Amino acid sequence: MSEDLPNPSVTFLDRELPSPLVLASGIWGTTVSLLERAADQGCGAVTAKSCGPEPRAGHVNPSCIDWGGGLLNAIGLANPGVDEEIGLLREAKARLQPRGVAVIASIFAGTASEFGDVARRIASASPDFLEINISCPNVEDSFGEPFAANPDAAAAVTGCVKQAVAGQAIPVIVKLAPNVPSVGRIAQAAVHAGADALCAINTMPGLVLDPYSGQPVLANRSGGISGPALKPIALKAVYDARKACPHTPIIGTGGVSDGQDAVEMLMAGATVVGVGSAIYQRGPDALRNIHAELRQWMAAQNIASIADLQDRAHSEPLYATSPSIPPAPSAH
Amino acid sequence: MRILSDGCAHSGSLGLPAPFPILSVETDNYRTKTFTIDLSLDALPGQFVMAWLPRFDEKPFSLVAADPVTLMVTAVGPFTNLLHAMGPGDPLWIRGPFGTSFRLPGSGLRAAFVGGGYGVAPLLWLAQTWRRQLEGATVIIGAGTAADLLYVDRFNALQKEAMSPGVPLEVLTCTEDGSAGSTGLVTDLLSDSLRSGETDLLCACGPHGMLAAIDSLGDEHNIPRQLSWEAYMRCAIGICGSCELNGSVLCLDGPVLEYGRTEQDAQPV
Repeated sequence: MSEDLPNPSVTFLDRELPSPLVLASGIWGTTVSLLERAADQGCGAVTAKSCGPEPRAGHVNPSCIDWGGGLLNAIGLANPGVDEEIGLLREAKARLQPRGVAVIASIFAGTASEFGDVARRIASASPDFLEINISCPNVEDSFGEPFAANPDAAAAVTGCVKQAVAGQAIPVIVKLAPNVPSVGRIAQAAVHAGADALCAINTMPGLVLDPYSGQPVLANRSGGISGPALKPIALKAVYDARKACPHTPIIGTGGVSDGQDAVEMLMAGATVVGVGSAIYQRGPDALRNIHAELRQWMAAQNIASIADLQDRAHSEPLYATSPSIPPAPSAH
Repeated sequence: MRILSDGCAHSGSLGLPAPFPILSVETDNYRTKTFTIDLSLDALPGQFVMAWLPRFDEKPFSLVAADPVTLMVTAVGPFTNLLHAMGPGDPLWIRGPFGTSFRLPGSGLRAAFVGGGYGVAPLLWLAQTWRRQLEGATVIIGAGTAADLLYVDRFNALQKEAMSPGVPLEVLTCTEDGSAGSTGLVTDLLSDSLRSGETDLLCACGPHGMLAAIDSLGDEHNIPRQLSWEAYMRCAIGICGSCELNGSVLCLDGPVLEYGRTEQDAQPV
């Protein structure tokens, strides 16, 4: 039956991927086996957990909780450091390349030049793409305000990373933050500084309190909101980034829990679609299910290819601009 | 809180931690106590909960029982030391149950339950829950020294209880230094047991080395096994990847993983 469903392959950064689903950074990205598991379930690209210049233990528990409308996490960029990550990426690439699935490295650092240094080192693993995480909301104590909060800082980091990997043909993806007045402005700054693609968006800062103790639940106090609550915020960020950067590929990430969510993300302007917290919301087969639902939705709506869904929300509306105006508020 | 009745991993909301008072604390040995909490959960043997002390830390604990929630706590660090200083009436914040349970594949089987160190935690409840459906059971409890052996009295009590209505329950103990039971490892006892009698299923919980050895033994004798793996649970809901083991996330796919299963459909207890 699945043979009759539309082909979900998609072109991202001049690369043909078997599926528009991308395993988001921070989810399952800790080992090669888990990256492979995501690929087995229908991801066209998988993102390894963000790594930094040195190993980092991350925050103590609770580091991730379900508060009702989604998740709140502050793992705190736990990672084995860039040197260890190189081995993981090399092995992941060796295992996933034969099936056409791309491996995305993700990096973070404390300064623009340190970003360049980590990028130079990680490039030796030849990941297919390099995502720069300038928007983690949970490490302000260590690194200060995220670079994604400011166009100049976002551009400076992007420039350093581009320079570091110049000549190695590794496209650079800049991961944006949702909590800025204008996502479009930051997106443009990154693209002008050389970003090949954008990832919109990271988690949204939030706080969950325990009313019995009066204390924040997460050890880091605040965390990043993901899951269903993030979806409309992510759709707006992707929509704005697409408007601001009409020709830049975008990984649309945030609250995608089923096939229809993925369709909406593509329509908002995503080139491909990141999935993460759904593995909790939908269970361990989430990626497989979303992949199937997306193809079923396309078949039911007579949509032949992913390209037919992309950017639809930016097309002309079905009808001419409505002449209706709401009635004026009455006097009484 | 929701858990699928088939004993497989959750697919719904497991919510925020909430405080429940400690009902009683029993001292098991020089560093282990068993806490009973004023909370009942719809859970199965093998599943775990996260216990939180606000702004201090949160740790995973295998359920010794679910009604009321009972946890075995060995003092090995700051969190468990702080817990050991608590008593009846003090609140402990709990969320869960998480993860997979042991799953009884059929009735009339002979099972071996093997616990190393504080790995015995889920096995008493498991043996209690399954015993009426088993043809017979062997419990093997091991530790480094006599002082480290846990729940031997509780298993002996279960053994007496099991005499009527007549399901044979054998309880064997061993220590590495020979200070109690036979001298050696649980795998030595298990190996003897597998050679001398029929066993249809191995259920075990303990250190990784012990479980790996039991897996090899089971493989050698062609016996299905359900192994409960210990890991540092970070998110506890299957997404962060901290507790990965050979492609499985132990907080969601596990902690109980099945190996060498021949039956097509395991039935819930």
